[in-house]
Amino acid sequence: MPQVTLTVNGKQHTVAVEARTLLVELLREKLGLTGTHVGCDTSQCGACVVHVDGVSAKSCTMLAVQAEGTSVLTIEGLAAADGTLHPMQEMFREHHALQCGFCTPGMVLSAIDLVNSHPQGMTEKEIREGLEGNLCRCTGYHNIVKAIDAAQSLMHAK
Amino acid sequence: MAFEGIGASVRRKEDLRFLSGNGNYTDDINRPGQTYAVMRRADRPHATIKNLDTAAASKAPGVVAIFTGADMAKEEIGGLPCGWQIHNKDGSAMAEPPHPVLALGKVRHVGDPIAVVIAETKQQARDAAELIEIDYQDLPSVSSTVDAIAPGAPEVHDGVAGNLCYDWHIGDKAVVDAVFAGAAHVVRLDLVNNRLVPNAMEPRAAIGEWDTSSGDYTLYTTSQNPHVIRLLMGAFVLHIPENKLRVVAPDVGGGFGSKIYHYAEEAIVTWASAKVRRPIKWTADRTESFMSDAHGRDHVSTAEMAVDKDGKFLGLRIHTLANMGAYLSTFAPAVPTYLYATLLAGVYTTPVIYCEVKAVFTNTVPVDAYRGAGRPEASFLLERLVDCIAHDIGIDRVELRRRNFIPANAFPYQTPVALQYDSGDYQTTLKVALKNADWDGFEARRAEAIKRGKLRGIGISTYLEACGIAPSAVVGSLGARAGLYEVANIRVHPTGSVTVFTGTHSHGQGHETTLAQLVCDQLGVPLSQVDVVHGDTAKIPFGMGTYGSRSLAVGGSAMVKAMDKIIAKGKKIAAHLMEASVEDIEFADNTFKVAGTDKTKSLTDISLAAYVPHNYPIDEIEPGLDETAFYDPKNFTFPGGCHIAEVEIDPETGVTEVINFTAVDDVGRVVNPMIVEGQIQGGVAQGIGQALLEAAIYDKSGQLLSGSMMDYTMPRADNLPNFNVSTENTMCTHNPLGSKGCGEVGAIGSPPAIMNAVIDALKEYGVRHIDMPATGPKLWSIIQAGQTKMAAE
Amino acid sequence: MYDFTYSKPASLGDAVAALSKDAEAKPLAGGMTYIPVLKQRLAKPSAVVDLSGLGMSGIIIVGGKVKIGAMTTHDTVAKHAGLKAAIPGLAALASGIGDEAVRHRGTIGGSLANNDPAACYPSAVLALGATITTNKRSIAADDFFQGMFTTALEHGEIITEVEFPVPEKAAYEKFKNPASRYAIVGVFVAKFANGARVAVTGASQSGVFRHEGMEKALSANFSPDATKGVTTPADDMNGDIHASAEYRAHLVGVITKRAVAKA
Repeated sequence: MPQVTLTVNGKQHTVAVEARTLLVELLREKLGLTGTHVGCDTSQCGACVVHVDGVSAKSCTMLAVQAEGTSVLTIEGLAAADGTLHPMQEMFREHHALQCGFCTPGMVLSAIDLVNSHPQGMTEKEIREGLEGNLCRCTGYHNIVKAIDAAQSLMHAK
Repeated sequence: MAFEGIGASVRRKEDLRFLSGNGNYTDDINRPGQTYAVMRRADRPHATIKNLDTAAASKAPGVVAIFTGADMAKEEIGGLPCGWQIHNKDGSAMAEPPHPVLALGKVRHVGDPIAVVIAETKQQARDAAELIEIDYQDLPSVSSTVDAIAPGAPEVHDGVAGNLCYDWHIGDKAVVDAVFAGAAHVVRLDLVNNRLVPNAMEPRAAIGEWDTSSGDYTLYTTSQNPHVIRLLMGAFVLHIPENKLRVVAPDVGGGFGSKIYHYAEEAIVTWASAKVRRPIKWTADRTESFMSDAHGRDHVSTAEMAVDKDGKFLGLRIHTLANMGAYLSTFAPAVPTYLYATLLAGVYTTPVIYCEVKAVFTNTVPVDAYRGAGRPEASFLLERLVDCIAHDIGIDRVELRRRNFIPANAFPYQTPVALQYDSGDYQTTLKVALKNADWDGFEARRAEAIKRGKLRGIGISTYLEACGIAPSAVVGSLGARAGLYEVANIRVHPTGSVTVFTGTHSHGQGHETTLAQLVCDQLGVPLSQVDVVHGDTAKIPFGMGTYGSRSLAVGGSAMVKAMDKIIAKGKKIAAHLMEASVEDIEFADNTFKVAGTDKTKSLTDISLAAYVPHNYPIDEIEPGLDETAFYDPKNFTFPGGCHIAEVEIDPETGVTEVINFTAVDDVGRVVNPMIVEGQIQGGVAQGIGQALLEAAIYDKSGQLLSGSMMDYTMPRADNLPNFNVSTENTMCTHNPLGSKGCGEVGAIGSPPAIMNAVIDALKEYGVRHIDMPATGPKLWSIIQAGQTKMAAE
Repeated sequence: MYDFTYSKPASLGDAVAALSKDAEAKPLAGGMTYIPVLKQRLAKPSAVVDLSGLGMSGIIIVGGKVKIGAMTTHDTVAKHAGLKAAIPGLAALASGIGDEAVRHRGTIGGSLANNDPAACYPSAVLALGATITTNKRSIAADDFFQGMFTTALEHGEIITEVEFPVPEKAAYEKFKNPASRYAIVGVFVAKFANGARVAVTGASQSGVFRHEGMEKALSANFSPDATKGVTTPADDMNGDIHASAEYRAHLVGVITKRAVAKA
C-alpha cells in the first residue's frame, strides 16, 4: 500500500493508504480531522475545501498520494494556538454566516483564499462570484458575503 | 451584563464548534469495530426481480455480510410506516401499499434499495455491491404526475387501481359551484408546482450499534426528530421496545424536511448491527441522496376564482393532482391535504372554498414535506391566481389584494377551510413592504432598464402560512397517527446553572442560543450558564422534533411551562427560607423576594437549598429543582407577510437576475432578530431556487435526469441578491411566547413574488402565466414567440 | 473508485514508459475532471501516472509567441502579468474555468487531452490556431480535436507545451450551465492580420468547432454588428435539460457577438 508523508496543520504524518484514497478520506478517516466535510460527489459543493501549500483545493478531488510532501491546512488548524479565531472565523460568527455549520469549514477556507488572492479588495459582486465553488443551503449567502466583506478589511489591515 | 433575553441578537453559542471543525455530525462518529454499509439500488424505475444472486459478492474481500429483502422478511421485519392516514371522499381509507425496507420481488423507483453489503471498508462494500447479480424483468413505468392517473397507465402497486392513493376533498362543492354560477367573473389558472430535491448540505448517514452485553440498540442518525424515529422504527419496523433502543441525532447539517422521515437505511443498519454484532455505518453520497431522500412539491393544479364586479373574491375552486412517488413517505399524505388545502383562504376573505386533491403513485422517489410543505404550493397557487385576476379583470394587483384582505380587526377569523386565524395585520405588512421596496418608484427603474436592453419586472405576494404544528386532538382527527405536543425538561443545577433538555432538534436553526435566551429571560440566568441539550432519546424525556417552524412556538412554550413550575417550586422553597407566605414571594431577575420587604434569595440560593436540603420543607416538597412540561398547542400559528421581488431579464438569453428582494414578515414574538433574519434569508434563497433554478426532472423512461449537482441547479451566491428582510409582528394569542415561527416563511412567500415579477417583466408579450422554474431557455422561447407575434401584428 | 497502482515519474521518459507498457494506464494531470470520473466509477484504469513531477509548468512569451507548459494551472495562466498583456482573452478564459479551488489544480494540458465538449480551453486553442507539442510531435490545433473526448493523442503520448500565436485581439465569452457551470456555449474569437478565427465549445455534438460563417463575417468586419444575421444550424447542436439544440444555436450568435464586443 502506498505511503504518503504530508504536514497537516503543522504536524507531519506518514500514512499508508490505498492509491484510490482521497485526501479528504485521509484527513477524516486516518487523521480524525472530521472538520472537513463531504457534501457532494461531483466537486460542486466545496464543503471539503482545505488549503494545500497555501491555496484552496477541493480535498474530495485530490488523491491522498498527490498530497505527498505538501502542507495542508484544515479548519482545525486555523485558529491560533491560544484559541484566538482567525478574523474570517470571527466575522462568520459576528455576521451569523453559518446555520447548520456543514458547509462552514470549506466556506471559511475558500473565503480566506479569496481574500488572500485579492489584496486590492473585493466588491460584493466579486465576493459572490468568488464563492462559485461553495454551496450553502441554509443562509442564502447574504450573511456569508457580509462576513467576508468585513473580514477582508480586517485581514488587509494587518 | 449585556442584555441576553428575548429580543437580543446575541451571537450563537453553537458557532464556536462549527467554526473550528469540532461539530459532531453523524459521519464524524466512529464506533469501535465499525463496519461499512453500501446499498445496492435499483438502476431502473420498475421491474420484477427474477433472481438475486449474492454469492460472488459474499466472497469479495472484506465482506462481512449481505442482506436482502428476503432476509428481513424471514424475521417478519415490518415495512416503513406512514404516519398520516387520509380518507377518501366516500370515507374509505387511502390506499397504503406496503413499503418494504429492502425491495421484495419488485423495484418501484430508481434508487429503491435491494440489498445491503456490509464490509470492513466502504470501498470494499462498494466493490462487492457491484458483484451482486440481479436478473430483472422490466415493467412499464410512469413518472409524471399527470400520466399516472391517465387510463391505462402502468400501475405502481398491485391492487392500487389507477395509481390512486386517495381522492380527498374539503368544502361544499355544491355551494361553491352555485357561487361560480352567479359570479361576474370566473378566472382560471392551470399551474404546476415543480418537484424539488431538498439537498441539505450534509448527506444522510446512519450508524447502527448493538450492545452485546445489554442487548440494547443505538442508532446515530441524521434526523430532525429522533424520538419519532425511535417510535416508528422500534414499534412498526424492528419491534424493539423503547427501553432497548436509543436514537441519537447529533449535529445535523440541514434538514428542510428531508430528515423528518424514517428511512430504510436507519432500519437496515440498526437491525443488521445485531446480526453482525458490530457497529455499521452508512453514509449517502450525493448521487444516492438524489435518488433516496424524499423529494418535495410536485403538484399539478387547476384553480378558479369567482369574482364580483368590484374584484371581491366570492369563491375558490381547486383541483390538484399530487405526486406521492413510489411509496408513502412518513408524512406524505398530509402535505397536499391538511398542510395545503386548509391554507387556500390565504390572507383573503374568500367566503367559500372547495378543493379536491387526488394523490397518485408514480415510479419516482417518494415525495414528502420540504421547507413549507403544502403551504408554498398553496401560496404559489393563490398569489399567481390573484395576479391573473388583476390581469384579467383589469384591477391593480395591489389594490385587488387590499380589497380582499381579512381586516386587522376581524381576528379571530374563521376561514371556510377549517383554520381559525388568531392574529395578523396584512395591510401593515403590505404597506411597509411597498415602502421598503420603493414600489412607487418602479416604473422609472423599468424605463432605465429598457435603455440597457433589459426587461425589468416587479412582483408581489401577500401570503399566509400555518406553523406550530399542532394541537394533537385536531391532527388526530385529521388522520395523524401521532400527537404533536412538545416536551421540555429544565434542570436547575445546585449552583444555579441550567440545562435545558428539549424535544425539538436544531439542524441549523440555532436553538442552543434561542432556547437559552428564553431561560435568560424567564429565570435571569446568564447565557453562559445555560446549555441546551437535544437530539438524544437517552437524555430527553420525549419530543416530536423540529419541522413546520414549530420549535419556538411549541417547544419554547413547553419550556415556559416548565420554567413556570421551577419558579412555583422555587417560591415554596424561598418562602420557607425567608419565613414568609408563598403568596408573598415574587420572582424576577433571578431573585426571589418577599413582597414589600428587602428580603431576597437568589435562584442559586434556592437551587442549592433544593439539592442540599438541610433547611428545607421536606415534608411538603421533594428536593431538587428539575421540572418537565409537555405543551400541546391550542391552535396553529399563522405567520404571514408581504414579499416583493424585482427582476431583470436578458431578452437575448432569457436569463433572469433578481435585482432586489424585499420581505416584510409577521412571525410573532422574535427572540433573536439576527437568527430570525437568517432563517428568512435562507428560506427566500430556497424560494428563489424553486422559482428560477431548481427542478427534479424525470424522463419518460423513469430516470432522474437532474440526478446530481451537475444537473440539479443549486442556488449559488452569484444567483442571489442581498435581501431586504424585516418583520412587522403581531403576537400569537394562544401560546405564552406570542411566537409564530420563521423557518419557512421565506420559502413560502418568495416563489410567487419572483414569478409575478418575471411575468410582469414579460407583460408586453401578453404573458399571463409561466410555470416554475423560469429558466433561461423557457423565457427565451416565450420572448421569441412574443416577438414573432408582435411583429406579425 | 476502483483501486489502481499509482506512480509519479520524475522524467518525461519514465512517464511515457509507464504509460506505454500498460494499455490500461492513464495519465493524471490536475485531476479536476479525471478524479470525479474515477469517483463515479466511470473509468477503471490499472495504473494512474501522475505527471506533476515532470515540471512542464510555466509561461514564456517570446518572439510573438506564448508558450504555456502543459502542467501550468488555470490560476497561473489567469494571473500571469505577461500573458494578461499579450493575450488578455486567454488569461480571462482561464480565470473563469471552474472555481478558485479547481483553478489551483486544473491544468491546460489536462483540459486539452481530455477534450470535454463543455471545457473552455479547446475553444481558445482552436481559435488562436495554437500548436500542441507532445513528447513525440507538434500537432496543429485544427488537427488535434477530433470530437467529444477524442483527440489526436495516441496512448502514451503526453502534451508538454502549448504554443499560441499572439493575435491582434481576442476574447472569450461563456454562457454557463446553471448547475455545473461548465460551458453551454463558449466562444473564443481572435483577430489576426490575415483574418478572424472563431471557435465554439459546449454547443456541438462534435465537440469544439470553428464557426466558418462567423469567421467569414468577422474577417470582413471585426465588430459585434458583423455577427448579425450569421446563423448556426441547430442540427448538430447538443440538447439536454438545460438547453435545447435551438437555444444553443441561438446562443452561439449572442455569445459570439458579446465576445467580439469584449475583444
